[in-house]
Amino acid sequence: MILDSKAPIGPLAEKWTKHKFNSKLVNPANKRKYEVIVVGTGLAGASAAASLAELGYKVKAFCFQDSPRRAHSIAAQGGINAAKNYQNDGDSVFRLFYDTIKGGDYRSRESNVYRLAEVSVNIIDQCVAQGVPFAREYGGLLANRSFGGAQVSRTFYARGQTGQQLLLGAYSALSRQVANGKVKLYPRTEMMDVVTIDGHARGIVTRNLITGAIETHAAHAVLLCTGGYGNVFFLSTNAMGSNVTAAWRAHKKGAYFANPCYTQIHPTCIPVSGDHQSKLTLMSESLRNDGRVWVPKTKETAEKLRKGEIKPKDIKDEDRDYYLERKYPSFGNLVPRDVASRNAKDVCDEGRGVNETGQAVFLDFRDAINRDSEDAIRARYGNLFDMYQQITGENPYQTPMKIYPAVHYTMGGLWVDYNLSTTVPGLYSLGEANFSDHGANRLGASALMQGLADGYFVIPYTIGDYLAQIGPAPVDANHPAFAEAEKGVKDAIQKLLSINGSKTVDYFHKKLGHIMWEYCGMARNAEGLTKAKGMIQDLKKEFWKDVKVLGANEELNQTLEKASRVADFLELGELMIDDALNRNESCGGHFRTESQTPEGEALRDDENYAYVAAWKFIAENAPEELNKEPLEFENVKLTQRSYK
Amino acid sequence: MSKTIHRVKVVRRARFHVAIEKKYKHMKLTLKIWRQKNAGDKGSFVTYPIDGISTDMSFLEMMDVLNEELTANGEDPVHFDHDCREGICGMCSLYINGHPHGPKQTTTCQLHMRSFSDGDTITIEPWRAKAFPVVKDLVVDRSSFDRIIQAGGYVSVNTGGVPDANEIPIPKRIADEAFDSATCIGCGACVAACKNASAMLFTSAKISQLAMLPQGQVERMSRAEKMVAQMDAEGFGACTNTGACEAECPKGISLTNIARMNREYFAASVKSETV
Repeated sequence: MILDSKAPIGPLAEKWTKHKFNSKLVNPANKRKYEVIVVGTGLAGASAAASLAELGYKVKAFCFQDSPRRAHSIAAQGGINAAKNYQNDGDSVFRLFYDTIKGGDYRSRESNVYRLAEVSVNIIDQCVAQGVPFAREYGGLLANRSFGGAQVSRTFYARGQTGQQLLLGAYSALSRQVANGKVKLYPRTEMMDVVTIDGHARGIVTRNLITGAIETHAAHAVLLCTGGYGNVFFLSTNAMGSNVTAAWRAHKKGAYFANPCYTQIHPTCIPVSGDHQSKLTLMSESLRNDGRVWVPKTKETAEKLRKGEIKPKDIKDEDRDYYLERKYPSFGNLVPRDVASRNAKDVCDEGRGVNETGQAVFLDFRDAINRDSEDAIRARYGNLFDMYQQITGENPYQTPMKIYPAVHYTMGGLWVDYNLSTTVPGLYSLGEANFSDHGANRLGASALMQGLADGYFVIPYTIGDYLAQIGPAPVDANHPAFAEAEKGVKDAIQKLLSINGSKTVDYFHKKLGHIMWEYCGMARNAEGLTKAKGMIQDLKKEFWKDVKVLGANEELNQTLEKASRVADFLELGELMIDDALNRNESCGGHFRTESQTPEGEALRDDENYAYVAAWKFIAENAPEELNKEPLEFENVKLTQRSYK
Repeated sequence: MSKTIHRVKVVRRARFHVAIEKKYKHMKLTLKIWRQKNAGDKGSFVTYPIDGISTDMSFLEMMDVLNEELTANGEDPVHFDHDCREGICGMCSLYINGHPHGPKQTTTCQLHMRSFSDGDTITIEPWRAKAFPVVKDLVVDRSSFDRIIQAGGYVSVNTGGVPDANEIPIPKRIADEAFDSATCIGCGACVAACKNASAMLFTSAKISQLAMLPQGQVERMSRAEKMVAQMDAEGFGACTNTGACEAECPKGISLTNIARMNREYFAASVKSETV
């Protein structure tokens, strides 16, 4: 099936304005008759829930954390892009649009990306009005920095805690609506299924994580703002609780899953230190503005380094390989994330890695400290250096940081049209949970932008069009579909609890993560992917035979929560492999070793793969059906990305 | 950069040499952990010996190891709250050897086992406060914090229709100071540290942030009144200026916030008809 993006026709810059005008409106007096469910309270969810409640809709907001303020948006460090052009350095809506399309390696939808760039300016205004304390210049106006390879300064930031401050802003707006009685909050509540009636989403099934109570909630529309699925790799920079369950269960109820293989591996993370490792910590990309990335020129020197026979400072400049500066003279250390990550992997694969495991490269501030002083570097990155030292026990002012790429963000997600509607009418997906704006690679400081754009400025318009069409008649909460979905959830939980096998949930999760990282990580090929598919299928069988989940449903049971999420990761993992196998080209974060330029860069195949791969669930253990949304580029010319 | 942060840095630098020495060392520890089946259960300490703990592990990774062992033996794993494990979400909340988040001024997730020695006994409890009832084991209910924010911790603006961001210039010094208050992660260590279980540091941080910024001026008075009233209604105690909250706050939120909140509250009550 060819998917219709419902992108409006007409000139790019007029699409959104025209679309808003053409969308139906809900009468203000009728808004209170509509109920909307929002799952997830990160930037997308909190901003959507608050904005819809302000409009007058009745909103229920759900999160699995103990408070909406803890959603993982809070951990974003670097900043948020907006085409304000406050710096007079040539930025514009079109340039942000162009950079995002190019950065995504021409695998995103023009109309969505342009809209994102267009509303980016409103986001900053909104956040400032809420009291978000962005960095400022001495004159009192907002400060900007250049970020992640952008050649203009369009990133707004709040020290290294931009995500925290933006989320607290959205959380405050949400809290205000809770106080007004417009939003009912359900913390420590996990969405277990979507309820559909006549093909439309009409509610959800939830599990109260404290009591274990399985409940149903009816509504006119359901918004999934549930984040990304990076934890399929076990080790990632995601929070421990981040999961795919809401999106995956929606997928099994008919929502297509788009481009699952597009994973962003962030180049600057603290390397793995041992088997006990539970998560990886990101060091903000902003460090690459001043840090220089290098490894020793020869394997022999690296070997000595790993054995502790020499120290980094013993290695002379001529024996160091500043490989990013060497290969990409114009962008140097600031090449996009996918390029930086792949190059780190390459030099480590050559045996030039610098820590005990051989899986690390140096990020060195020696020259920046000599140039600008230690105090200047401390003022810029103090909190990051402290964090690094706390975790590794090494002082980065004196010895170079060691970094290695780690799974960070997933560009794939639920397929949505221009209205952010999934293929199930009434079911929407916002933020990282959808696939829409970043193509095959996301630019730095664009995730926060997208989450808030979707929640504050897109969904309030597009949902009205749908709600006006279906009318305000209450949803029948006694419809048999609710009881049926509830029973399905209860049965699945009972099944997990009754296996009583011999291996812990983490055992399976770690194994899955290892397979994904090894065969569906920074470099992929048909042989490895085919092998991985079999391995995952075996692991899935083993899981359902031998997993050990203690305790009961009717209590706080963190093992049960984890088991239910890992069960979904096992299924998603297989789909990621299928998607990576199908896409026999390299683009952005998806690198097929079969498809590279003579210099080893990602080589796209626009003739055969300029489409969104949207997968339809057919049945348990049956292959999924591939559907395509062709990508048409009317406003940019497809080129080979070059950062030389 | 505030003074507090510099002080912390000095301490960390001194620790650097110790850390190198301890690397690769595996430790044997005795854990005394508060186990409580649910809110209604009385609860008690249970002792668990644990071996092979690497100094590179984070404290929560050590807890993961324990839970894997307990699960393998068919015992209910110890429940504790945690999520981002990067010190920013505020979800982790253990009271370790008499200190919220343990011996360092960090969150528990950023505490590493190199801060302990082989043979140590470590006592782990939940936050103890009337307004933070225990849910299970080390998990507590902190929804009272949400309700304090709901009482007024916001600027009442709707989405859309706001002025251009640069139409509200804010002197850098004020913006920075407001930022210092805004970095609160809502973990509740201040309450756990306080002998009165007072939530003054948490509440005052939000009141201060918005009282300093021009955006917060319109509702300045009513905000202070309402948030303080909610804080009292939740059953948090009063402040007796011991400074334990500031000393234990992983984000270095300063006591000056409490002084500012008191001023705000006083000014509000002089003018208000409701207090």
